Amino acid sequence: MTEQTYDAIVVGSGISGGWAAKELTESGMKVLLLERGENIEHITGYVNALKAPWEIPHRGRLTNQIREEHMAATRDSFMHESNANYWTNELECPYVEKRPFDWFRGYHVGGRSLMWGRQSYRWNRFDYEANAKEGVGVDWPIRYEDMAPWYDHVESFAGISGSLEGMEQLPDGKFLPPMELNVAEKSVAARIKAHYADSRRLIIGRVANLTEPHNGRVNCQYRNKCDLGCPFGAYFSTQSSTLPAAVKTGNLTLRPFSIVTRVLYDKDLKKATGVEVLDAETKATQEYKSKIVFLCASTLNSAWVLMNSATDVWPDGLGSSSGELGHNVMDHHFRVGASGDIDGFVDRYIYGRRANGFYIPRFRNLFGDKRSYNRGFGYQGSADRRGWDREIAELSIGAAMKDALTEPGPWRIGMTAFGEVLPNHDNRISLDKNTRDKWGLPVLSIDCDIGDNEKKMRLDMMNDAAEMLEAAGVKNVTPYDSGYVLGQGIHEMGTARMGKDPKSSVLNKHNQVWDAKNVFVSDGSCMASTSCVNPSLTYMAMTARAAAFAVDALKRGDV
Amino acid sequence: MQTDASPPRPGMNRREAIRRIALLMGGAMVGSEILLSGQTIPGKTAAGFTEDDRALLDEIGDTIIPETDIPGAKAVHIGAFITMMVADCYNDKQHAVFMEGLQKIDAASRAMNGKTFMECAPAERTALANALEAEQRAQYAKKAKDDPVHYFRMMKELTVLGYFSSEIGCTKAVRYVEVPGAYHGDVPYTKGERAWF
Repeated sequence: MTEQTYDAIVVGSGISGGWAAKELTESGMKVLLLERGENIEHITGYVNALKAPWEIPHRGRLTNQIREEHMAATRDSFMHESNANYWTNELECPYVEKRPFDWFRGYHVGGRSLMWGRQSYRWNRFDYEANAKEGVGVDWPIRYEDMAPWYDHVESFAGISGSLEGMEQLPDGKFLPPMELNVAEKSVAARIKAHYADSRRLIIGRVANLTEPHNGRVNCQYRNKCDLGCPFGAYFSTQSSTLPAAVKTGNLTLRPFSIVTRVLYDKDLKKATGVEVLDAETKATQEYKSKIVFLCASTLNSAWVLMNSATDVWPDGLGSSSGELGHNVMDHHFRVGASGDIDGFVDRYIYGRRANGFYIPRFRNLFGDKRSYNRGFGYQGSADRRGWDREIAELSIGAAMKDALTEPGPWRIGMTAFGEVLPNHDNRISLDKNTRDKWGLPVLSIDCDIGDNEKKMRLDMMNDAAEMLEAAGVKNVTPYDSGYVLGQGIHEMGTARMGKDPKSSVLNKHNQVWDAKNVFVSDGSCMASTSCVNPSLTYMAMTARAAAFAVDALKRGDV
Repeated sequence: MQTDASPPRPGMNRREAIRRIALLMGGAMVGSEILLSGQTIPGKTAAGFTEDDRALLDEIGDTIIPETDIPGAKAVHIGAFITMMVADCYNDKQHAVFMEGLQKIDAASRAMNGKTFMECAPAERTALANALEAEQRAQYAKKAKDDPVHYFRMMKELTVLGYFSSEIGCTKAVRYVEVPGAYHGDVPYTKGERAWF
């Protein structure tokens, strides 16, 4: 074995790639983990994590320079001055929007596991059955029962805090103690529960923040600065969790600045032999060999690697024989909901900055409810007393206004729905060979939009939010729909979907590419539908499941 | 001697909290000494603005947030902050409105008080600022979505932002704890107690 030959190569070091590296190295495999961007060291790499508000020059606001480098990413509010360096420079890494698409990328070790929202929910059994029942897209080749042990596995390691609710549409898991709803949220929760006879419930978010020490990691300190990187390692990220576990085995080689340009494919063996890497710093090209390859480069980029591979055999890329590679791009649609004022509780307040909110699990198109659209949505939100940035109608300027702003304002509640997006063959990405990135590589052209099902659902997403807040006694309820384009949810899925039939899917039920069985794709690309819950926990479970299969298959000599 | 590496406690000051984090992390906090130096950003006039602009904005800021039992906006170098924000964060359209506003404010002052803003006594400045605030609110209520806001709204918004997020704002006007260590969702509150940043 030369030093450039490994048992497995994992492409991408985000949530999925980190899990692949951990599981494969722990099974004794020698693993090369390739990351296209720079290394961000745990703790010491989080350069702004311990700065006070006044040490951030523009106090978090986006500068014109940041806007120029991140044209798409600045269309929403996920990035700010303090973590702009974690988001990909779009001048260096452009993409083409045939129709508007917001693509939020994190090109560095840890990927978006450093900036993710950390909401962690299991899919339910209806989610895995819906495509088959409705004849939408292709049937999932797996069911909840296939995933349940792997949800157990990843929750136990990652550390997910949450409450046990016994709700069929939001399966309970292996949770750490839940965070706390505040006094205003509890009152709204109680009134919603009563009004809807417990068919709708407002619960504390299930979040990958530790509420007690776990696996040698420190619990959450309630600073709510997670997206800067946590010096305590109190939320799940590659850096805090999977990478140290993989490093500990002695079986991991991490190579940053390694852009994987293609999977090397042997047409006689009908298998991959490794990958080609372009060094992002030196621009030198090098090949690395391995028995298996795990693509975890993110939904759009894993598809990019496949589309750029084996084009002598398949002009549209490795895994394109079904005609579905790069198609069926999905996301969660959101930015629609309601907000309002909560009277009272003026003698109550909170302490600490909770990096979590509440969650209202899906209630539409379930248990006998039937709407004019398919699937459903859940809500995320929070209540808090208003701060110094509020406008006070009766006070304009001067000492009285200043004094008033030094005290907390009235309570306010807001929530936004996250809705399921259906697979649609016409929503696709492709290589644009006329547009090149900093390294001369072809970029992605993205051509996607939501359809009628999502548009109909958005009306319910807005009106149901308003109705529930009204029912809970909230005042001045304001429904809103701020508009949405695909990608904004940062939950891209579906470009290399799993299925039962190689004619209509890219991957089989073990995340193997039908056309090259030693290539596994276990990030969001593999999803055949989206559920309405946040997807990362499912990527973790899917990756751990695929890795276990890969290890066994390799032992059997079956890949 | 045993080193105290217990987690930071609620209410602990920032310096101590950062030391505790460094200890918890096995002393791995490279850069923690820099963080402990407590540096603040010195007030400099941004490119495109004159020293007179900065001085004027200091006084406008101090009219919006005057000194009371706690320092006002001038004490946090609000003029320098505003010039930096306009230079670095505003788009061309907003920038133009703001720069025009700097001229308009003296014209408005002459019309109301017969002298420039800097020449006005505090009460005259307050009267003018109240009039401009009424003007901007009226404009804001009827403006189209993509129209820039009134220049006085810009000045007020940047004054409030710069003041409350400054060290004085965070630690004297409101409260800020670097490492809360816990979350409590139902604690008693008595009117007069400071809000959390």
